[in-house]
Amino acid sequence: MRITRTLVLAAAGAVAFGGAALAEDTVTLGSAISLTGNYSTNGEHTQRGYDLAVEKINEAGGVKIGDKTYQIEVKYYDDESTPARGAELVERLVKQDGIELILGPYGSGLTKAVAPVTEELQVPMVEANGASRSLFTNGWKYIFATLSTSEQYLASAIDLAAENAEALGKKPDEIKVAVVVENDPFSADVRAGVVEDMEKYGMKLVIDDQFPRELNDMSATLTKIKALKPDVLIVSGHSKGATTAIRQLSEQKVSVPVVAMTHCDSADIIGNFGAASEYTLCATQWAPSLAYKDDLFGSAADYAKTFEAKYGYAPPYQAAESSAAVQVFADALERAGTTDKTAVRDALAATDMETFYGKIKFDETGKNIAKPMALYQVLDGEFKIVAPSAVAETKAVIPRPAMN
Amino acid sequence: MILIQAPVITVDLVLNGLLLGAIFALAAYGMALVWGVMSIINIAQGEFVMLGGYVAVMMYWGGIHPLLAVPVAALVMFIVGWALYRAVIFRIVDRDLFVSLLATFGLSILLQQLMNTAFSGNVQIAEAGLGTMFLFDGLVTLSQIKVVAFVLAIVVGGCMVVFLKRSRMGQAIRATAQNARAARVMGIDTDRVYAVTYGLNAALCGSCGALVAMAYSIHPYIGLPYTIRSFMIVVVAGLGNFAGVIVAGLGLGAAENLAGFILGAQYQLAFVFGLLVVVLVWRNWRLAAKRQYLK
Amino acid sequence: MSRLIGYAAILAIGIAAPYLFPNYQSQMAELWLFIVFALTWDLVGGQMGYNSFGNVVFIGVGMYTCAIVQVGLFYSVTDYNAAKGGGQTVFTFDVVQYLEGLAVGLPLAAVAAGIVAAILGSAVLGMRGHYFAICTLGLGVAAGQIANGWDWIGAGSGMVVPHAPSGLGETSRFYYYLAFVLAVLTFIVVSWLYSTRFGLAINAIRDDEDKAEAMGLPTTRIKVTAWVISALFLGVAGGLLGNLKRFIDPIEVAFAGASFGVWMVLMVILGGKGTLWGPVIGAIVFQLLKEFFWTYLLGWQRVALGLMIVLIVVFFPQGILGFLRERFPERFGHKVDPALARGAAGEAAK
Repeated sequence: MRITRTLVLAAAGAVAFGGAALAEDTVTLGSAISLTGNYSTNGEHTQRGYDLAVEKINEAGGVKIGDKTYQIEVKYYDDESTPARGAELVERLVKQDGIELILGPYGSGLTKAVAPVTEELQVPMVEANGASRSLFTNGWKYIFATLSTSEQYLASAIDLAAENAEALGKKPDEIKVAVVVENDPFSADVRAGVVEDMEKYGMKLVIDDQFPRELNDMSATLTKIKALKPDVLIVSGHSKGATTAIRQLSEQKVSVPVVAMTHCDSADIIGNFGAASEYTLCATQWAPSLAYKDDLFGSAADYAKTFEAKYGYAPPYQAAESSAAVQVFADALERAGTTDKTAVRDALAATDMETFYGKIKFDETGKNIAKPMALYQVLDGEFKIVAPSAVAETKAVIPRPAMN
Repeated sequence: MILIQAPVITVDLVLNGLLLGAIFALAAYGMALVWGVMSIINIAQGEFVMLGGYVAVMMYWGGIHPLLAVPVAALVMFIVGWALYRAVIFRIVDRDLFVSLLATFGLSILLQQLMNTAFSGNVQIAEAGLGTMFLFDGLVTLSQIKVVAFVLAIVVGGCMVVFLKRSRMGQAIRATAQNARAARVMGIDTDRVYAVTYGLNAALCGSCGALVAMAYSIHPYIGLPYTIRSFMIVVVAGLGNFAGVIVAGLGLGAAENLAGFILGAQYQLAFVFGLLVVVLVWRNWRLAAKRQYLK
Repeated sequence: MSRLIGYAAILAIGIAAPYLFPNYQSQMAELWLFIVFALTWDLVGGQMGYNSFGNVVFIGVGMYTCAIVQVGLFYSVTDYNAAKGGGQTVFTFDVVQYLEGLAVGLPLAAVAAGIVAAILGSAVLGMRGHYFAICTLGLGVAAGQIANGWDWIGAGSGMVVPHAPSGLGETSRFYYYLAFVLAVLTFIVVSWLYSTRFGLAINAIRDDEDKAEAMGLPTTRIKVTAWVISALFLGVAGGLLGNLKRFIDPIEVAFAGASFGVWMVLMVILGGKGTLWGPVIGAIVFQLLKEFFWTYLLGWQRVALGLMIVLIVVFFPQGILGFLRERFPERFGHKVDPALARGAAGEAAK
């Protein structure tokens, strides 16, 4: 009982004096991201991306706002991968912690939950991991995304399949596609994009399965694939979806000429499955081999090196786009010359910069229109960019050779 | 439709389902045991599975073949279960079932976040490196690890039955289940019996988890589906019916896989949980005709 | 008299709170909704002895019904929820449309939840004890999974609740007062119910259902009625919660068994099961603790929550009010009616 009472008092105190005074000469950004729960793998990548950029900017002397330089700081909350909590925490960041510059959470679902809040409170949010197109169809003015929207993720895989239709022994409109996605906002959008692109070529959708978020077994769907023999298999389900798909495809010896999925790098399919992951096509927002660069990190490859030195693994694109989000904020703050939220918002809208992650320029809805998606293929145990052709390192191998 | 045209697909689905069901049955043994003996419904069942899975993953990282992890995970989890009994569970043995539901729910979210903190939320696997079996010209594929899991589940189930029938401890457990007070009067240390029972349950879940890590994948939040499926299997089989647990487990696995195929994977879990409700309502409805209800 | 002053003071605090703590309006609105959750849970769980883990079903049904009505009155729901695809359609609601949506949506949310409760209740309320508890747990998860697969309501993509127009003022204050009114209304109805024969009947079912039935009480009908009543309030609360959260995710918001579903039970146990004020006190304490954990124990909040759950149910099962009653019976105990006491004594002597 004593414990309970003390906690209650402490909690009451906490609520009453929640808004901590901020140290001078620091500008604080706020973010509620998934440190626990289903999205915590990618939530962690996001947080590390933010942290790395903040560290680098501070090392380089901070941001110059007006005639003073400020250090950047990020205040985090854990949204536990649940949208309800995300919305609540962002409101808390703004109202109770007095933070008026928000960095986005991880994932479309959470961003969807957070965006109405930032919109209503009129605080600018730069987000790096909410790719859903529906975020940009509401006429919202305070959301800015550094990434390409989700319908573009695997659309290029469909284009590739169409280009290589001959190799598959068919005309483009005879190609059969199986779409297997996790039942969550992000993957639903990926699916929408793929389906739209398929219609362009007149391809047939033969399997359209959505697996629940809790499921770690796809054997029923794979049996369907064995029966209907599609030419293209699209999988999207964050890291768990990629892991499950690669593992069970090889286990059940299901051979599909073109397999494309998202989150290959964050699931580390090459490290986990080796040969079984060969020839898989993977959507990515960014790759270390791209030729972008900036003054802070240097080239994309330099960023990868810096990240790996600090965290011990190669940066997945989720980290890169998050770092870029911090850079965008820093840039906008310098141009605005003030931390006032409206001025920063206007400066953000006028962003036009090149970073190690790619060019960043927002259209009136706030999405980044200056950077294309890329598509990797796993070839000889390495990710190689195969599309778009402008940046491709090599030509895609389609169809994938039969497994032995 | 396609199921009738191509019966071999049905075979494939059912076989894969049966293999999945055997793994569920393993966790369900433990639940039946704890429920029957201690009158506790252990919501943390799925979390024990998850912990066992992490034991296998750690051994795999350490370069040890994960199949060896099955007994190791069982042993580790036996200790964990024993410790949890001594720390918390012994306080709720004689209490309302509802208290046990909530208390073990508390344990389950605690374990989830602890494992999240320790291992991050990454999806982990332990690759056993076994191959795949082909039947019917490769139309039916069974990964060997699942077959191994299936055999192990049957063997462990058999061992449990023998253990409960023959050994001193097993007899003590059965006596306590029948009437704890009488057992105490006869000089059985029921507290120890409970501790062993709870430990055994955790051990069963642990070996189940090691198999899950090898055949599927694990992460800190996979627990709940295993808990619910265990519960469902026990409800269908009836308390204290070990053969029934195996049959119900296999049946559920097969039914679930078929449902996933027919209804689409998005309704696979809805099917499982809906089935739970239907089974309960149906059993209760039949009893109600006799002015009885499920106890 | 002192009691009246007490009530007046609570009402005054409730009305003034948004002006005193303007930054905490959303959390306080949520608190009022939690109080509704706890009060209605206790009606069935505490007073009638039917421990349900499935009351989230009614929250979810209410939330979706309200949102769908808000949209459906003016646009096609299919188009609205399909906007995630290619359509660049923008859906906006002016003040009149928004209020009209709410005015129709909230009552319909109650009705829909009530109907669902009546149907489900007649199926599962025949079960007793833990079978009922687990069955309702299954109901909650199944409902979430079905919503998660249903395209019309947005399936796994969830549904964005209509955005409040700017003419409405501050939405969190608007919803604070709606939630406050709902909580007060729920409290009044529930406390009135406990003073009627109906209250006695559900207590009789809790104490000994077989005897109650033998005495001629239509137990099934009473049980279903009680569940329907709690569902009516939960439906409205769900509709408000959806608007407060602004985004409906089928599993994590609408049918959130592992959070709202269990929390409401904990609030009641913490405050004191089977009492009128227990759920209210429990909800307040729980909300404070939760906010505290999430602010100061970042990354460990669920460990703390889990530990708290274990501690509460293992060491503190009688709850705050139960504890006070034991400690200070003359201040917090039941007002004993001599006539009833004689009957109770007879019961106890048996």
